[in-house]
Amino acid sequence: MNIIDRRLNPGGKSFANRQRFLRRARAQVRKAVREASSSRSIKDAGKGGEISIPSGGVHEPHLRRSSQGGVRDYVLPGNKKYVEGDSIARPQQGGGQGSQASDSGEGEDEFRFALSDEEYLDLYLEDLELPDLAKRQIAGATSVLWRQAGYSVSGPPSRLSVPRTLRHSMSRRIALKRPKADEINALREEIEKLEREGGQYEALVQKRKELEHIIQRSKRIPYIDPVDVRYRRLESNPKPIAKAVMFCLMDVSGSMNEHMKDLAKRFYSLLYLFLNRRYEHVDVVFIRHTHEASEVDEQTFFYSRETGGTVVSTALFKMAEIVRNRYPVDQWNIYAAQASDGDNTSSDNAVVLAQLRDVILPICQYYAYVEVGMDDEDDHPGAGEPSTNLWRAYRRVSVDAPFAMRKVKHRRDIYPVFRELFARRPEGVAADGA
Amino acid sequence: MTLLAPDNKLLFKGPDWDFDLIRRVHDACGEIAINEMGLDPYPNQIEVITTEQMLDAYASTGMPLFYRHWSFGKEFARNEALYRKGYQGLAYEIVINSNPCLVYIMEENSAMMQTLVIAHAGYGHSHFFKNNYVFKQWTDADGILDYLEFARGLIAKYEDRYGQEEVERVLDAAHALQSHGIHRFPRKRMADLRSEQRREEERRRHGEQLFNDLWRTVPQGKRKPNADEDARRKALLGLPEENLLYFLEKTAPRLAPWQREILRMVRMINQYFYPQRQTKVMNEGCATFVHHRVMNRLHEKGQIDDGAFLEFLHSHTSVVMQPDFDDRRYSGINPYALGFAMCCDIERICTQPTDEDREWMPDIAGNGDAYGTLRSIWANFRDESFVSQYLSPACIRDFGLFNVHDDEQEEDMNVAAIHDERGYRKIRRALSKRYDVAYSDPDIQIVDVDLAGDRKLILSHRVLDGMTLEDSDTDKVLQHVADLWGYDVKLVEADDAGTVRAEHTASPRRPFM
Repeated sequence: MNIIDRRLNPGGKSFANRQRFLRRARAQVRKAVREASSSRSIKDAGKGGEISIPSGGVHEPHLRRSSQGGVRDYVLPGNKKYVEGDSIARPQQGGGQGSQASDSGEGEDEFRFALSDEEYLDLYLEDLELPDLAKRQIAGATSVLWRQAGYSVSGPPSRLSVPRTLRHSMSRRIALKRPKADEINALREEIEKLEREGGQYEALVQKRKELEHIIQRSKRIPYIDPVDVRYRRLESNPKPIAKAVMFCLMDVSGSMNEHMKDLAKRFYSLLYLFLNRRYEHVDVVFIRHTHEASEVDEQTFFYSRETGGTVVSTALFKMAEIVRNRYPVDQWNIYAAQASDGDNTSSDNAVVLAQLRDVILPICQYYAYVEVGMDDEDDHPGAGEPSTNLWRAYRRVSVDAPFAMRKVKHRRDIYPVFRELFARRPEGVAADGA
Repeated sequence: MTLLAPDNKLLFKGPDWDFDLIRRVHDACGEIAINEMGLDPYPNQIEVITTEQMLDAYASTGMPLFYRHWSFGKEFARNEALYRKGYQGLAYEIVINSNPCLVYIMEENSAMMQTLVIAHAGYGHSHFFKNNYVFKQWTDADGILDYLEFARGLIAKYEDRYGQEEVERVLDAAHALQSHGIHRFPRKRMADLRSEQRREEERRRHGEQLFNDLWRTVPQGKRKPNADEDARRKALLGLPEENLLYFLEKTAPRLAPWQREILRMVRMINQYFYPQRQTKVMNEGCATFVHHRVMNRLHEKGQIDDGAFLEFLHSHTSVVMQPDFDDRRYSGINPYALGFAMCCDIERICTQPTDEDREWMPDIAGNGDAYGTLRSIWANFRDESFVSQYLSPACIRDFGLFNVHDDEQEEDMNVAAIHDERGYRKIRRALSKRYDVAYSDPDIQIVDVDLAGDRKLILSHRVLDGMTLEDSDTDKVLQHVADLWGYDVKLVEADDAGTVRAEHTASPRRPFM
């Protein structure tokens, strides 16, 4: 008999097969991921999790009999009351018809399994082709980082540095000539030897005195003295920590329909994912507006309806107010993403522009404006500029401001906005926020 | 660690185990299984694996290595999801019919569980694999691992050469047909040249002996040309043929050699699993009976303590539990329960028969040699014959088996037989039929090819008891057949009276080439 320990064998034997399965079911998995992501909150957008796909696409057909019809004989255990000749009503839809129907387990309509974070994100970002942004640094706010810097003579016991303390102790003992334990032992042995041998009384007394002396000396000079003790010293260093707040501004007036909101949500989710990779902490603030703006939670933001006119500047004022109250500009990276269908009360446009130029843009790392439209509208690339009145107003924002605007009609249009957002990075802007 | 006193025969104490303990346990179990019960297992190779590895093994039908295919990934994803959410536990062991017999045991098992698993798989299953006639006839325990290694390499090589997608197409088609890629009977071998020559000579000699010139003068009627053209064509193609994969591999006109090679490989691997499907009840019954006996004997001999024995009883009883038909947990007859009950029953009949047993099984009742009888049964039967020979009335009563007859034509199902004098034989027959794979697999054969016309391949399903094929699956499988064949395919479902119940047709989407 052999015993083999396989536990240390490399795992993940099924990895290749799993990849094949995902590739095979890619279309369905992608769809499921899309559907799952729209029902998730923005903060969970990048997490893996269980999804279910229709089993049709990954179904493995076999030649088998149908589970109904014909003449069948079942043998069942556990008879309690039936006698020969009894009639039993046929169960509905063959659910209880013995094991023949259930032996392969193929009858399921849905196939459920779990995706890892990475697989999920891959699929989620698949058609968006996020550019490689790894090299970009976004200057952040400063905070204090404690870093080890030398030693001090005071501190909490937990920071005691044993090697350093003993080193000090040793040099002091050497300097003060503290008798070593070996010396004392050697002297003791010598005395014992003299005692055993007898005679040499003088020498014995001499030695005993000597011993007493060095024992006293070693007691006077302690092994470790308070002056030896050293603690690891910490020094506070300013360190940029990654902390960002993302403002989602959205027009929720009646003209924004589900499709537009979905596009906006996708954009927000992406921005969140992106920010989350670069910052340790990302806050999300939702501001919705009609003719007046309010801060709401995510559920309300996307799903509740509100009627009223459209005054965009209210959202900008609200945002400025929240920044003033809660997000000091010197500590937070501020990003804002505004989604709107472009309608604005015409008298408001000048106010919007002024507020944006003078208040919002100076404190923002970046401000992205996404104008969402219907999918079925004609697209005239290059030629016909979209000309909603908000768009026209925003076009007057100067080119070197950290500002991007895009018109999005379809999911596939979202990526270019992103590229624009992160491809252009004027030098002065980041410093501005820091 | 406490040292055991010399007179203490306990194999272990507490749940912890180490490799030395496994060795001791293996030897102690062997002492009982081989010397007392007379079993003859393969030598064992015990491999300790983790949960993760167990999930991997699940995905590749329990084998330690397999070629790559997405369906195994699907299986893995399904099992993983079920396991992680706690819907499904994992098996304590996996055993592979090979020589030496591979037994995978989980590292999480307690010492008692390892003992149980070694007795169950390393002696019970291993004995069954080595001695049962279906396994002897159909599987090559010495070569299976090498063959799987070869298969894996083959698929990898073809993927490199022809692309993953192309290989996957062939594998998908082959997998769809795998339940009909089995030789159920040893097939006739083509005669070799020498014996052919000998036969020819004999025939000529015989003709010379019988030669009589008079026959030449007898007037002959005009011979019908092509009278048995049909029969000749079918004989040439080896039709009818129930092994669909075999037929396609040998005769599909447009397949490339490597594609035929893949069909062959899937067919071979499937043939290896065929005996397992035929002997589920017996195989598990044998293994369960062996582990039950071994554990009991170990306890009697003082080699395991009461605590371990209680733990054993707990897991044993949950394995052999048979929920009643109206229980929520019911999902068919538990092969462990039925097999174990029948083996115990046979032992009882051999040693303490009642009058009823003497009447029903006169050949074994009271013969006193329970182990010998069981060994010969384990060697010479499969589920269908095992149940029809040895399901005793006592066992039927214990299970409360009853037979429900379900005829589509009638409004209600009716109880055809229960566990009483009149019902025993009927129940036994019905249950035995359930375990007959030749009955439970639909009988589908390739019957003809239109060689003169559009090369349409014609299959027939012999409809038994009015049970037709599942529609959507059949169409999909037929599509695969058409792709492999390269021309149109038709499947006719007809019953024995000749009534056509259904017809399916398919045309190739993109023929293989």
